[in-house]
Amino acid sequence: MAVLKVENIEKSFENTLVLKDISFELPEGQALAIIGSSGSGKTTLLRCLNFLETPDRGRIIVKDEVIFEADDPSTQLEKDVRRKRLHFGLVFQNFNLFPQYTALQNVMLAQQLLAKERDDYKTNRRQIEKEIEEKSIALLEKMNLGDRAGHYPHQLSGGQQQRVAIARALALEPDILCFDEPTSALDPELTGEVLKVIRELAEEHMTMIIVTHEMAFARDVADNIIFMDEGIIAEQGPAKEIIDNPQTERLKAFLSV
Amino acid sequence: MALISEQFPVVFQSLNIGFLQTLKLFFVTLLGALPLGLIISFGSMTKFKPVQWLTRFIVWVVRGTPLMIQLLIIYYFPGLVMHNTIWGGGEDGRFIAACVAFIFNYACYFSEIYRGGIQSIPVGQDEAGLVLGMTKSQIFFKVKLLQMIKRIVPPISNEIITLVKDTSLARIIALQELIWAGQAFLKGSHGISGAIWPLFFTAVYYLAFTGILTVLLGRLEKKLEYFR
Repeated sequence: MAVLKVENIEKSFENTLVLKDISFELPEGQALAIIGSSGSGKTTLLRCLNFLETPDRGRIIVKDEVIFEADDPSTQLEKDVRRKRLHFGLVFQNFNLFPQYTALQNVMLAQQLLAKERDDYKTNRRQIEKEIEEKSIALLEKMNLGDRAGHYPHQLSGGQQQRVAIARALALEPDILCFDEPTSALDPELTGEVLKVIRELAEEHMTMIIVTHEMAFARDVADNIIFMDEGIIAEQGPAKEIIDNPQTERLKAFLSV
Repeated sequence: MALISEQFPVVFQSLNIGFLQTLKLFFVTLLGALPLGLIISFGSMTKFKPVQWLTRFIVWVVRGTPLMIQLLIIYYFPGLVMHNTIWGGGEDGRFIAACVAFIFNYACYFSEIYRGGIQSIPVGQDEAGLVLGMTKSQIFFKVKLLQMIKRIVPPISNEIITLVKDTSLARIIALQELIWAGQAFLKGSHGISGAIWPLFFTAVYYLAFTGILTVLLGRLEKKLEYFR
């Protein structure tokens, strides 16, 4: 079953069309890698899914619910956008951790704020806070950061910061976890530790969309790959076929760089 | 020198009373200008253009004219135009007028510092908050405010130190603050006249007070060093 359907998304900035008629489906439990050169629209596509940009046209459907339809303003109400965003998690290229909070506090903050909106928060406050803390510690341990929970972001390496950011995104249990070039800001020796945890998530069948420049990683970890070029999906298919046997001249040129 | 030691107790008492008025003006100004500055900074950042232009125009005028002139205009203008001062008479009236002028003037300077502080926080902090389902006010208060405070402590400290000394400008509307008290001994006060040393001696008060503030603000800066 497709957990995510994207239909005919278009987006332009000023007068430049950066996404043209983008459509794809993502089955539950699969990892989709999006590759392509800089400026091909990969990041804009992820930002549209996370409501950081508003597409000019098209529909986004998550679990059979139309969460965005360009022609229907009732799907774009500010008050609903917050809830709809939570279908997605987003891990940024530059981590964007909150510098004044420890690793653990970074993972807990959004959960705590959301918990305050629960009806039973006042009565079960202690229990809820305890569960959030235990869950957050478990997530950090899963990211091999159990001993870094009390560290502030500036005391962590880039690879560690990015793993905290992944734990922070996972904490809200998104249906689809998106990665926007998660290793592009990292030194080569730190790339591996981040790719390792993403690989582990793929093995657990976390539904993911990964924008990446790591071709070997995309081939290994993703089920399917989308190759974007100048705002369109130039080629898509099973990961190994796309990388090993590119059909279009553009993709051949891109992969041979 | 024997003369000074004889005069000292009388002068000291008189200067202390003046200094109390200086302190009152200083703290009331801070209490008013720190929050008002935040409101003005929101005005100068709003997407609603008329409000933005008006706010920036006011900030330009206030920062572009001497505080001494602003004091004179705010204190005398209502009386000259309406033939009835709105500030009330005497020292209390002068104090209220001085507070209004100082609060408004410093709020405008603070607003530009706040604006710089808010705008210097990377947009990624907003976006990270948004994708985590936070509201705009949660993002401001839980994520950005402390980062902003950390960034603005040094420039705000500068303004606060300047404010200590700027309070002496209230002398121009005869507010009986520290300079006024020191100067009084030139013309004659408490049986002492022609003495200029009390006026010079006021500098010690300013220096001591800014010294204390420098230490306190330095501690605040240090406290916020736990993150980057």
